[in-house]
Amino acid sequence: MSSDIALNDEIILEVRNLSVSFSRGGKEMKAVDDVSFSVAAGETLGLVGESGSGKTTIGRAILRLLPDANTKSEGAVRYKKTYLNTLSSTDMRHMRDRLQMIFQDPLSSFNPRRNVEDIVAEGLVIQGKPASERKSRVEAALSAVGFDLATVAGRKPHQFSGGQCQRIAIARSLAVEPELIVCDEPVASLDVSVQAQVINLLQDIRENRNLALIFISHDLAVVKNVSDRVAVLYMGRIVEIGTGPQIYERPAHPYTRTLLEAVPVVDATRKIEPDGKRTVMPSRNRPQGGCAFRSRCPRATQICAETVPAVTPAPRGQMVACHHPHDEPAPGMAVRTQR
Amino acid sequence: MDATPASHPILSCKAMTCEMDSVSGPLQILQDINFSLDTRRALGIVGESGAGKSMLIKAIMGIAPRGLRTKGRIELDGQDLSALKPKQRAKLIGRKVGIVFQNPMSSLNPFVQIGRQIEEAGCIHLGMSKAEARSRAIELLSFVGLPDPEDCYNYYPHQFSGGMKQRIMIAAALICQPDLLIADEATTALDVTVQKEVLDLLQTIQAQRQMSMILVSHNLGVVAGRTDEILVLYGGNVVEYGPTSEVFRNPRHRYTEALLSAMPAMDQPAHTRLRTIPGQPPNLANRPAGCPFAPRCPSAQAKCHEVMPAMSAGVHPSHRFACHFPLAEIAHVQ
Repeated sequence: MSSDIALNDEIILEVRNLSVSFSRGGKEMKAVDDVSFSVAAGETLGLVGESGSGKTTIGRAILRLLPDANTKSEGAVRYKKTYLNTLSSTDMRHMRDRLQMIFQDPLSSFNPRRNVEDIVAEGLVIQGKPASERKSRVEAALSAVGFDLATVAGRKPHQFSGGQCQRIAIARSLAVEPELIVCDEPVASLDVSVQAQVINLLQDIRENRNLALIFISHDLAVVKNVSDRVAVLYMGRIVEIGTGPQIYERPAHPYTRTLLEAVPVVDATRKIEPDGKRTVMPSRNRPQGGCAFRSRCPRATQICAETVPAVTPAPRGQMVACHHPHDEPAPGMAVRTQR
Repeated sequence: MDATPASHPILSCKAMTCEMDSVSGPLQILQDINFSLDTRRALGIVGESGAGKSMLIKAIMGIAPRGLRTKGRIELDGQDLSALKPKQRAKLIGRKVGIVFQNPMSSLNPFVQIGRQIEEAGCIHLGMSKAEARSRAIELLSFVGLPDPEDCYNYYPHQFSGGMKQRIMIAAALICQPDLLIADEATTALDVTVQKEVLDLLQTIQAQRQMSMILVSHNLGVVAGRTDEILVLYGGNVVEYGPTSEVFRNPRHRYTEALLSAMPAMDQPAHTRLRTIPGQPPNLANRPAGCPFAPRCPSAQAKCHEVMPAMSAGVHPSHRFACHFPLAEIAHVQ
């Protein structure tokens, strides 16, 4: 079974040939280029890549949160039997009780003048739920993230710390009882100890509610912890997608390996020897043809300059877009997994 | 190795305390900081936000916000900084210390060509001539890995990517040939691949120029394997200080250990439950009497809430920690 397909059969979200381009000053920039993947109920798909790789744009394109002006988006996004990309905005609003999003900076996604319980209840108000039902659902959502409604009621966002605000943001998305949440860098601005709380919380919720998550992050260690499957993005394209062990233990794409080797690891025994490598990022405005990674790739050959590699199954089962994929275990990974 | 001169402390802090007024009363930002960094050594300073990492650096550099009262002794290359007048102090620090901050865009002037910004400190502190400063700046630009340094000299900051700007900041920090280079969260805003390159560059420069270096980071992975010693700050106190490999292999303070196990590791399988640290960091305006970590520590006992633990040494004499009930020593294997 190829790995761009979700692990179990109950696929709830399918993205097919999604492309998004932004135009500015008459020039067009392809932020997302022909991306396809699917997510099953209760599954977590991690999206990783460097800044500018299109992670956030994919998340926003799924939920139709991209600006209309100067944006062109193609392809299909299907949630169960509904094609989200062709829905009217009224119908899309009704879909939002099943599809939610959590942002990197919770404080800027809250209205600073509203009370916490009003913030959490907002989605329910939009859905037209009666006040009596709202109260119990807000209480349940807050208690799912470890807050007691009675103690936080009446408080404003600025009275909470960053980690608490992120928990409130999670409660807000849970209040409408969604089936899929797109988490866009939900822990990037948090301290390590608080990050651990939020990750554990997301894991609990995922298990208890059979919730599907699309987890966008630049931190490969965090993504490894939370994800069942991982998609690696480079310059708007999926270069590799597969299960966590496939991606982390036997990454097939040279870019995935470059990313994994760069992760700073807490390892008391290892003394890092600096190498003088320097990345030259190719320009996004002038597409160079062929594989986008070839200028940084140690394995690039003539064919990489000529043909864009198609996403094909790699020997270990993941899908990879590379003319010269790896098959050996990632260096250091075999040792680390044995320990 | 015969040619290398004997090492001596380039920077040392003794009983350093920083305090600042606020609406809720005086804030104890740093308390009784003691450390010493030798020449050609690298020190990592880690801690969570609010631990006092940046304040410590700012107080040493003399760029702390107005109203910060610093007590104790800070020595730079044997000179007591607090005995100097502000101008002399700025001159000494400018000559001997180079610093790179987190956000290069707020350090670089967007209207000035980057070459001019790199030379500036050289002209002020070393009295370089224009031609001399220019050739030094171009040399440094190529040293930090910018392509076509002569052209780059005339470019403006916005023409470079984040990683390149950080290299330019490193070049500017090196113009006076400092004895100490400080990188305050210098790679935090960069992508992992670029972060690795910039850290590699800092490490290479440190070795080649025989400098001392301080790496400040909230990410324990950044300092592991790249520093000789590590200082763990919590709520304005040094809780653990020692050789980096010792501290990571055998953390003795319960906070260090909790922090290490809260990090998701690359060798854990998916959905591994992470250890959390319940509670909040201490309120700096109203510190607990005893250990600052006691209210959050699972092993805290009555004594921890009452008496501030002193720094005590482990089996490795330079590995010290401030804990009444430290974790057990792990015997050296191998």
